[in-house]
Amino acid sequence: MRQIVAWFVLITLVAFLITSALLLHPFGYPPSAMDDYMIARSQAETASNNVVAAVVFDYRGLDTLGEATVLFTAVTGVLLLFRSLKKREKKT
Amino acid sequence: MLSKIVRTISDQLILFILIYGLYIIIHGHVTPGGGFQGGAVIASGVVMMIVAFGSGEIKKSLRERHLSVVESSGALIFIGMAFAGMGTLFFYNFLVGTPVFGGIPPTGPNPGDVWTGGVIPLMNFGVGLKVSAGLSAVILAMALFSRGEETEE
Amino acid sequence: MMPYIPYNIPFVAVALLMGVSLFIILFKRNLIKIIMGIAIMGAAVNLFVVALGYRAGGVAPIYTSTPEGAMVLPVPQALILTSIVIAVSVIALMLTMVIHTYRHTGDIDAKKSRLLKG
Repeated sequence: MRQIVAWFVLITLVAFLITSALLLHPFGYPPSAMDDYMIARSQAETASNNVVAAVVFDYRGLDTLGEATVLFTAVTGVLLLFRSLKKREKKT
Repeated sequence: MLSKIVRTISDQLILFILIYGLYIIIHGHVTPGGGFQGGAVIASGVVMMIVAFGSGEIKKSLRERHLSVVESSGALIFIGMAFAGMGTLFFYNFLVGTPVFGGIPPTGPNPGDVWTGGVIPLMNFGVGLKVSAGLSAVILAMALFSRGEETEE
Repeated sequence: MMPYIPYNIPFVAVALLMGVSLFIILFKRNLIKIIMGIAIMGAAVNLFVVALGYRAGGVAPIYTSTPEGAMVLPVPQALILTSIVIAVSVIALMLTMVIHTYRHTGDIDAKKSRLLKG
């Protein structure tokens, strides 16, 4: 029963994804009002030649702040988990 | 620990890998690259040293506790640069036009100059510290644990 | 200029990659294989967002010694730049939890492990 439900979910999702991929905008011609603004103005506003760096650290700095939080949390979690595992194995 | 040939070659190569990672971080606002990519390059250099020498040898010179301190200081540099522009806006690029990293490049394709970018090079440096120390700490913890040694002492 | 690519082939490739990863997550029982499926799913999403931002015949959005011409969109590339690092750290956390499960129960089969029943 679970196998049948899983196959149903898989086939439905892949059919939906392929259909939506065929209905998207043609590859290579995206709508780009915001990106055109950034490409045109990044050198004057952020003094950076690299538009990707300007977006990462200036226009969308809050995204990078969230990414830094996720990385910090993950590293802390990994170190804490290994430390507790070590302590428990030493005890037993 | 691998053979002597591998150990000698990695010992010579680690300097170039570290310098390459530092170059990618410092030139992140002029050429392709930045803090994330350079930090990943430096962490891969640490992985090469762990594979060649074994985690027991690396543990003598590189502690997880120190790596945690470096990672936290990178995050503090990043958030501090974000808060320093608080007079206008959060994440405001307040260094444009000042003598420190303040040059404004001409519009359009140009040869590039390191002394531009405002707070972007400093933020690149902080994020580079953070990513390299974080990934190195994770990999060092995994290597030490799979070897069955102490992860912290 | 690049010619027009019919049928949106990169997006269809993304859909097939997503199907592979969903198959692995739904039908495999080894926890390591499930993590591999999640990693493939993340790669599919990254490829999708970068392919959304591609402009035909464009160059990289960096002004240093670049040829004249259209540039690809910078915002999807910046988002994926952060997404890759997040994926690496999350996969490291998941592998750590699998090591915990293995030390706790002596097995990494999702069906047999009593911790993951449900």
